[in-house]
Amino acid sequence: MTATTTPYSELKAPNTARRLLTAPTTGPLVALLLACAFFSFSTDQFLTGGNFSLIVQQVMVVGTLAIGQTLIILTAGIDLSCGAVMAFGSIVIAKAAAEGSVPPLVAIALGLAVCGGFGLLNGLLVQKIPLPPFIVTLGMLNVAFALTHIYSEEQTVTDLPGPLTALGETFPLGHTDITYGSLVTIALFLLLAYALSSTGWGRHVYALGNSAEAARLNGIRTSRLTIGIYTVAGLLYGIAALLLISRTGVGDPQAGQTDNLDSITAVVLGGTSLFGGRGSVLGTFIGVLIVGVFRNGLQLMGVASIYQTLITGVLVILAVTVDQISRRKAR
Amino acid sequence: MSRTTRLSSSLLRAAAVTGVAALTLTACGSGSGSGSTGSGSGEVKVGLITKTDTNPFFVKMKEGAEKAAKENGAQLSTAAGKFDGDNAGQVTAIENMVAAGVKGILITPSDSKAIVPAIEKARAKGVLVIALDTPTEPESAVDALFATDNLKAGQLIGEYAKAAMKGKSAKIAALDLAPGVSVGVQRHDGFLKGFGATDKDVVCAQDTGGDQAKGQTAMENCLQKSPDINVVYTINEPAALGAYTALKAKGREKDVLIVSVDGGCTGTRAVKDGKIAATSQQYPLKMAAEGVKAVVTYAKNGKKASGYTDTGVTLITDKAQTGVTSKDTAYGLENCWG
Repeated sequence: MTATTTPYSELKAPNTARRLLTAPTTGPLVALLLACAFFSFSTDQFLTGGNFSLIVQQVMVVGTLAIGQTLIILTAGIDLSCGAVMAFGSIVIAKAAAEGSVPPLVAIALGLAVCGGFGLLNGLLVQKIPLPPFIVTLGMLNVAFALTHIYSEEQTVTDLPGPLTALGETFPLGHTDITYGSLVTIALFLLLAYALSSTGWGRHVYALGNSAEAARLNGIRTSRLTIGIYTVAGLLYGIAALLLISRTGVGDPQAGQTDNLDSITAVVLGGTSLFGGRGSVLGTFIGVLIVGVFRNGLQLMGVASIYQTLITGVLVILAVTVDQISRRKAR
Repeated sequence: MSRTTRLSSSLLRAAAVTGVAALTLTACGSGSGSGSTGSGSGEVKVGLITKTDTNPFFVKMKEGAEKAAKENGAQLSTAAGKFDGDNAGQVTAIENMVAAGVKGILITPSDSKAIVPAIEKARAKGVLVIALDTPTEPESAVDALFATDNLKAGQLIGEYAKAAMKGKSAKIAALDLAPGVSVGVQRHDGFLKGFGATDKDVVCAQDTGGDQAKGQTAMENCLQKSPDINVVYTINEPAALGAYTALKAKGREKDVLIVSVDGGCTGTRAVKDGKIAATSQQYPLKMAAEGVKAVVTYAKNGKKASGYTDTGVTLITDKAQTGVTSKDTAYGLENCWG
């Protein structure tokens, strides 16, 4: 894969109108707004605060996974293990709190540590041996999946203490109930968006994705940076595990089996390039909302589930096509 | 790279691969005892192939088969597909079991049609093949079928829901399995038949894959579409519990009737807690045990089991309705699986 190398000096975001028009998030945002407009006209129940709150609740787990996935894809990597790592984390948290006599907060910390550990391990294997991210995370997907089922003995963990599901509680905002978990997800998106666009670390991530070699020659510690990115992604999967528990109220070993592909779908729909170095987490947030809006809107219209899948597939291919065409123009 | 380092790195690789392989084999060897040959023991060899080995339903089925194998002096080997729908994995398992010299194979087909050629090959070699839980298409592709009557399972909860509604007009939501999967279609159709409704009366139908989180999402969206839903048919208890969570968030859990199918222990407890009104309990342990016995009989006197054996379904509820036969959750918890 060859990536077009942006000179390092241009990596600072110039905030001009022209850049706004060519920004990779513009296309997804237009698609999202068009979809929202379409569903607002098609069904009466779509355009309500309660419904939007619902959509955010429904995408928060995959959305949080997709933040980590974005970071990794920005470095031209990919993570197939995110859903499985999250599932393992959720079982660790649930079992520790429900069956072990561990305080809930300690159980949560344990889950975060385990998921972070998986991320660290992914990063070390990718960077130190080095191995292709696709292969490492494919292997880790199987390892985490198996550990989840071995450790849980295929049993769903129920009767969880309150603090574990606290993020699933709601508070009123006007006439709408918002879950705390939705806020956590939105906060994470904003935090990582800020880190990527306005800190040295963020600039280094883009530089690494554009050309690892050029970044290294520019004095960026690429090895440490890569391992760090995979670890941060792992921690995000741990937070996703907590959000998953708070949403379903159980520790379910069957959870998350398609979430790796769903998170990649969201990243791609959000205009982040699989070749690395181009894209943003805000784009990913738009991407995850596109999937959620279509699922919710089509269901409100009474369209069969299978068409939701069909439309998602078409959108993904469209998004990548747009990315490729805009790259060619940029050359 | 100089020659010596290349040599040493390839040696290292070989050593690593061997090490991993050895570890894997040891792990398998100390595992469930599947794949052990034990030739010359004179025991009847029985193979069990499930859709996956992670779903509690199939885990329970395996337990039932192991227990029956011990009691009848048979030797059980087990295998499973990697995921629900993994036909290739099941074909491989059939081939391997036939090669290992099993007398009979018990299988829950992931793909009712696609598995048929592999089954025919096994039967041509004199192996008795019995389908458990899910029929093949055509049903005559196997010697016998031990399964729940899924149409009846749906019908029971349909009749129950009708009686419980006491003549109130029903707004039905259906949380289904996946397009074209026979189990899901039969339960759904059975429910409508029992309720005396048609698909026109279903205000919201959505596929959930039998998954709790997806069931919750589907129910949330259904409530958004039709807030006046008052009956929820669900494909299984995880989907039902997902629906319950969504209803509870809206404060509707008390006035919406959820019915389900499966009778797993978690689900039966949910019936006891009043989260699910009623569920049709099925008996995977029995399916497997009957299957093992049939293979042993065949090995002893050459008599092949044939046709369909209904392993039974029981309506479990603590709020019995007149005119609908049911058992309470005490019975349900005694006989639940998972």
